Parts: sequence; C-alpha cells; structure tokens
Amino acid sequence: MRRFTLIAVPYFWLLVLFLVPFIIVFKISLSDTALAIPPYTPTLDLSSGWEGIRGFFAALDWENFTFLTTDDLYWKAYLSSLQIAAISTLLTLLVGYPVAYGMAQSPDEWRPTLMMLVILPFWTSFLIRVYSWMGILSNEGFLNQFLLWTGLISEPLQILNTNKAVYIGIIYTYLPFMILPIYSALEKLDASLLEAAEDLGCSRITAFWLVTIPLSKQGIIAGCFLVFIPALGEFVIPSLLGGSKTLMIGKVLWEEFFSNRDWPVASAVAVILLLILIIPIVLFQRNEQKQREAEGQ
Amino acid sequence: MNFRLLSAAATLALVAGMAQAEEVRVYNWSDYIDEDLLTKFEEETGIKLIYDVFDSNEVLETKMLAGGSGYDVVVPSGTFLQRQIVAGAFQKLDMSKLPNHKNMWDAIEARTAKYDPNNEHSINYMWGTTGIGINVGKVKEALGDDAPVDSLALVFDPANMEKLAECGVHFLDAPVELIPAALAYIGEDPDSQDPDVIAKVEPVLTAVAPYVQKFHSSEYINALANGDICVAIGWSGDILQARDRAAEADNGVEIAYNAPSEGALMWFDQMAIPVDAPNPEAAHKFLNFIMDAGNMAAASNYVYYANGNLASQPMLEEDVIGDPAIYPNEETLKNLYTTSPYSPKVQRVVTRLWTKIKSGT
Repeated sequence: MRRFTLIAVPYFWLLVLFLVPFIIVFKISLSDTALAIPPYTPTLDLSSGWEGIRGFFAALDWENFTFLTTDDLYWKAYLSSLQIAAISTLLTLLVGYPVAYGMAQSPDEWRPTLMMLVILPFWTSFLIRVYSWMGILSNEGFLNQFLLWTGLISEPLQILNTNKAVYIGIIYTYLPFMILPIYSALEKLDASLLEAAEDLGCSRITAFWLVTIPLSKQGIIAGCFLVFIPALGEFVIPSLLGGSKTLMIGKVLWEEFFSNRDWPVASAVAVILLLILIIPIVLFQRNEQKQREAEGQ
Repeated sequence: MNFRLLSAAATLALVAGMAQAEEVRVYNWSDYIDEDLLTKFEEETGIKLIYDVFDSNEVLETKMLAGGSGYDVVVPSGTFLQRQIVAGAFQKLDMSKLPNHKNMWDAIEARTAKYDPNNEHSINYMWGTTGIGINVGKVKEALGDDAPVDSLALVFDPANMEKLAECGVHFLDAPVELIPAALAYIGEDPDSQDPDVIAKVEPVLTAVAPYVQKFHSSEYINALANGDICVAIGWSGDILQARDRAAEADNGVEIAYNAPSEGALMWFDQMAIPVDAPNPEAAHKFLNFIMDAGNMAAASNYVYYANGNLASQPMLEEDVIGDPAIYPNEETLKNLYTTSPYSPKVQRVVTRLWTKIKSGT
C-alpha cells in the first residue's frame, strides 16, 4: 500500500500538471473561434445535461489541424525552430563540456565554489538577463564599443535582431543545464581508468576520446535534451534578441493567439509542437531508464 | 501553536481582503501618463492605485477576451474597443458617478461614437495620429535638403529607404496601422476591408521591409531620442516625447513629427471598465478623476497627446495646444482618416500578410 501511494504521487503530479492542461488545449484546438469571452465555441454547458454534452462533442472537428497544412508558414516555422534548437544545443555542448571538464578536474575544495558560480545567474530574473544582452549586443552596446576601441572592427557589428543574437541568448541561458549533468557524470569518473589507458599505451588525447567521452555519454545526452527541448519552443529569447526574420514556432503561436485572436488554431499549433517534443522526451526517459538499470547492475 | 498560526493567517487574509477593497487596478499604454497624477489620485481618494502598462492592443484584447483580467480600467483603441464591446467585455458606464463627464469634447465624442455607440461604455482618454518621426539632421544628411519628410514616400519608396537604412528605421509592429498607411500611399481606401485590395500593399511593404531595422511599438521613443535611429513610423505623442527627451539630454539630436500629406490615421484611446472589474466603484472614481479638466491638462502637457476634454484646453501649454502636430488645424483634420475593425477572416489575411512582410515567409 505504501509503495502504491509513493508511486501515485508523481503520477498524480503528471496528471494535474501535464495531462489536464493538455486535454484543455486539445479541446480548444477542436473548437471554432467566436467573438465572445472566452473567444471560442463551443464551451461545455453542463446545465442542459446530456443533450448539452452531446451537442458539445458534435461541434468539435479537426478543421484547425487541416488548416495548418494549407499554409507553408507552419511547417517552415517548425523546421526553423528545430534547426535553431539543434544548432544551439550543439554550440552549448561545445561551450559546456570544457567547463564541466575543468570543474571535474579542479581540486575538491574549489568544486562547491565553481558549482555555485554556475548556478549563480539563476538568482537574477531570466527576463532581466536577456534584456541585459540587448544592452551588450546592440550597435551602441558594450561589445561593439569594446571591439571598436580595440580596433578589431571599424564598423559596429549587427548582432542584435539577428539569429546570431538568438544563438547567444540560448547558449547563455541554458548553459548550466548542459554543464551540470556532464559535470556529475565526469565527477564519478574513476581516474584509475585513465591511468590504465595510459599504461596501455594511449596518449592523453586518445584516452580522453576512448575513456572520458564514452563514460560521460549519459551526461552529454541528458544535457543535450535539457537544452534542446526548451529551446525548441522558446519565445522570449527570439522575440527580444531576434529580428523580424527569426522564424520560430513560439512566435507563430503568439501571433495566432494575440494578433488573430484565434485560440483554436493557436492550440492546434501547440498540440503539434507537443507531439514533436514528445519524441525527444520519450527518448530522454528511455535513456534515463537505461542509465538507472546500468547503475543497478 | 497550530491554532495561533491559523489565526495569524486568517488575520493576514482579512487584512489582505480589506486592502483589496480599497484597490483600483489600471492597465494603460506605456509612457502615457504624468506619474504625479497617480499619487494625486491616491491622495485624493485614499484608494490604492495599481498601475500596469502594455504596448500593444493585441495583448490587452487577449486579456479581455480571456476574462478575469483583474483590471478595473483598461485603455483599448477605438477599433479594438468596438470588437470587445461586441464580445461583451465591458460594462456600461454609470453617468451619475461621472459628474466630470460634462467636460468632454463633443467633436471627439461624435467620432468615438463610431466605435462605442452613444459613448456608453467608454470615455476618450487621448487621441492622436500615426505618422513619421525623423531625426532632422540625419535625414538631411542621407537624403539631402529636399527629403520628402511630410510624405509617406519617405518610408515606402525603396530608393529613400535604401539610404535611410544606414542610420536606422523602425516601423510600428502593428499591421492595423501600417497597412492603412500603405493603402493611403498607393491611393486606395485606407479603411478597405477587401482582402484583394489589402493584398496590394504586399509588394509596397515587402520592398522596404529589408531596410527596416526593427518592427516594434515602443522602443522607437528611446531609439529616436538617443540618435540610434533616424526615422520611425509611430504615434504622434510618442515621437514628440522623443523630441522632448532629446532636447532635455541636449545631445544634438533634433526630432520632428509629421502627419503624412497622403493622409494619416486618426486613432482614439478609450478608457473602459471590464465587465468583470473587481472594483467598478473605484473605476468610476478613477474615470471621473481623469476627466477633471486640470488633471487631463496635466496628462496632455506631459505626454504630448491631444485629449477629448474640452474644458482642459485653457490649461494646456502653448507647445501642446498650439502645435498642429498635436491639435491639428482644420486643414490637416481633413487629411485624417479613421479605420474600422477587421472581421476574423480579414484579420487572418492581415496577420498572415504581416508575417510574410516581416519574415519573408
């Protein structure tokens, strides 16, 4: 019984915070727009009893999903989001891995401080941190002023309002999510394995490739998913740092919702986004499970 | 112990509840009031004023249509107000609680009745035009002395925009402003609801979009004032505020505003009370406070927008009431047009067109 209760808690959590909102959004995606509060129809009217419920279900249809196939904007936005998320995940890995490696190699007494430094940015509001990047990257910003001063460039670089700024924003924001799982994998690494590799004739670099990287694979995979999944649906970073050419599904969703007041189509876009996200989430879960099993052995 | 904690929590909740009864929540456009008025309202009425700001009608509308926004007073523009009234988002005003309503200007009320029949749901806060703000020196530098600064050709002719792109151009991120302007530029009816006519602006706007540094509806005030950009399509008072900020900073930036000679959009921002406002009583008090001639004059003197309050006019400063960019003369008034809300179907065409213009997709 105790065991059942323990298992029930996370499932209940999942039900309340994931399934119920999803069903609400899914239901709206099958509705039609209306000029009313709320701006869609039908709404479930329980007062008219069984008839009302039947009428409610009869009025739902898949029209909004077929609509999404009629305009190339939507799949282009999905593809572009996938591309931006994938590239920024890769770049975050390239930046994050050396940091995590350095942390794992550092003396024990430094590690809590280094860990603290990685987590510290979270103490400032995410929005303010993204805003301050606007100050750094703008044409009159710190970065351009600095580069002009050093004489490296003679004209300010246009970074803000381009995809470059979006990549910088995503890498900066999600870097801790990449560093922490990799660090935790590297920290557990048994140094004697590297010694053994070197004894058996590996150079340090080959030992790194053949021992360190494979043993930190779980951390790399976890870090990549933790960056990729939120980056795919990112809205704040592209809308603040990106330009009008930055096409991401989060922005399309915003326009459907706010400019068109079309909650049903916006919901349909969100449902599809979720379906796209479920694939990596399921892969991630499976990976976690495998890892747990491996550790259990 | 537990009991004491519980009673403490109950007292807190009670206090919070009492405080809530004395609150009024106002949701207005950004950079749109003299903040001294907010403290003055609190001092006069003893009601705590919570003042939030937005910079797009779309955000406000979504909150209204979702319901339960928690605001007591909101400020949609005319076309948005009209649609939200149809959706049942606003309550009728109780005129008996608004003695200052006698101060309102019939010439403006006649125009706002188009959006709010009989002005039953709203009062006019400010009105203005959508036009072009320029950095006088930089535009002269880019285009020479005979730059068409009072014409839409300045921003819709690619030849001009190509040269202006260097010093920076911002457009409002509002298709309901830019599409009528582009229609006026090509000589079509700016209030057209016909998708085929609206589609004609696509080549015009697509040709100049690459030269637009940013589509944004509030950043241009500071950008113009700092000299970061040299041209913006924006709202009259915002550009005049930029002019003022630049003059205060004494940074050598001179800003000017022109309503385009091809015609300029005249808009009205209306204060209204949501149907589910938590404190409609205090909301009426706020509206009455705003309609006080002295208060309204202070607001206009501060934000450089014309208001719909006739009694406030003697108290307006000369650079407000005497500036034809703010209070247009008869001649300019003829050149102003108003628009109506798009139907959902046309709205979708307009939004899609706007995305296409901005992103090329």
